[in-house]
Amino acid sequence: MTIKQQIFSILISVIVFILTIDLVRKKRLKEEYSLLWLATSSAMIILILRYDWLLALTRLIGAVLPTTTLFLGSILFLVLLSVQFSIKISKLSDQVKDLVQENALLRYEFEKSAGAKTVVPAPRIQPPADMNNQ
Amino acid sequence: MSDTIIIIPAYNEEDGIGQVIRDIRKVNPDIEVLVINDGSVDRTAEAAAAAGAIVLNHNFNMGYGVTIQTGYKFAYEKGYRYIVQIDGDGQHDPSFISQLLEPVRNGDVDFAIGSRFLWFDSYRPSFSRRLGILYFRKLVTVIIGREITDPTSGYQAFNRDVMKFFSTDIFPYDYPDADMLITLNLAGFRIREIPVRMYANPTGKTMHSGAKPLYYMIKMTLSILVTLLRNRQLYRR
Repeated sequence: MTIKQQIFSILISVIVFILTIDLVRKKRLKEEYSLLWLATSSAMIILILRYDWLLALTRLIGAVLPTTTLFLGSILFLVLLSVQFSIKISKLSDQVKDLVQENALLRYEFEKSAGAKTVVPAPRIQPPADMNNQ
Repeated sequence: MSDTIIIIPAYNEEDGIGQVIRDIRKVNPDIEVLVINDGSVDRTAEAAAAAGAIVLNHNFNMGYGVTIQTGYKFAYEKGYRYIVQIDGDGQHDPSFISQLLEPVRNGDVDFAIGSRFLWFDSYRPSFSRRLGILYFRKLVTVIIGREITDPTSGYQAFNRDVMKFFSTDIFPYDYPDADMLITLNLAGFRIREIPVRMYANPTGKTMHSGAKPLYYMIKMTLSILVTLLRNRQLYRR
């Protein structure tokens, strides 16, 4: 690894690390999602500073160039991030489902006790075509 | 109060829903009718309320499975003992409601599903649709070890035990048909098919168009496979 590559990689990793901490500090990013970012940027910094470790890791996975190892690491990080998001989105969909159902039931009770006729919701924004599955 | 409720999931059905409810009430005047309006952009809710149904409203379009589950939760909370589920587009002939309910009320089965293929003059769906149904028929029949001729039928009747079971997170709300039957079978519920008359969809609207059927089949197959891989403990009641 040339000195240029090293400086550039460290610079990027340090910026990502500081940015992540700053976002958490400002409450714009939850701690839950910051961990993966912090872990990846820390690992990058360590591997660049301890170049022998990076070489050992490169030999271990059978790669030729140490930069390949770093790239593989970043791709792995992106995959993990996507999986984390997919899991979270699935959970959020479940929660939205429960809320919509609960709201429908509560709204019925409310309208019944208020003695009003069925209050009809205002027309909704047309959902995207892929949701019109009925 | 009757111990039975008829639930109709509805999405943009303002033209037909009133007639469907009136037809149901003609043959079953004592049974309460519940329409779950799944965030329709037309006046489905008004039309259903005007025809005398109880109406529940979703804030936005959530899909068929979520809509029927809202109905199950309502029925369970209100203490109903039996549910009949029927489509809001007039495809299902309401005069078969009592035939569907009978084995469930007698306690012979927990879940009765209407089959268009067992009734002699039901309409025959298009070739591609039949092919899809045939695929799921074979799949479900192999998995549960008993012939089910119309596993994608939405015309059903079931008791409070099934209602309770389906009100939990186990309910496959993405595409609850073939998968639902397998889930029920795993949980040890008794299922029976009842011959019913179904008509062609008068509005011509269908969820199965374009590339969707293929996506539907792949997703359903995946869903069935993971259902089988799931821990059996989940299905304990």
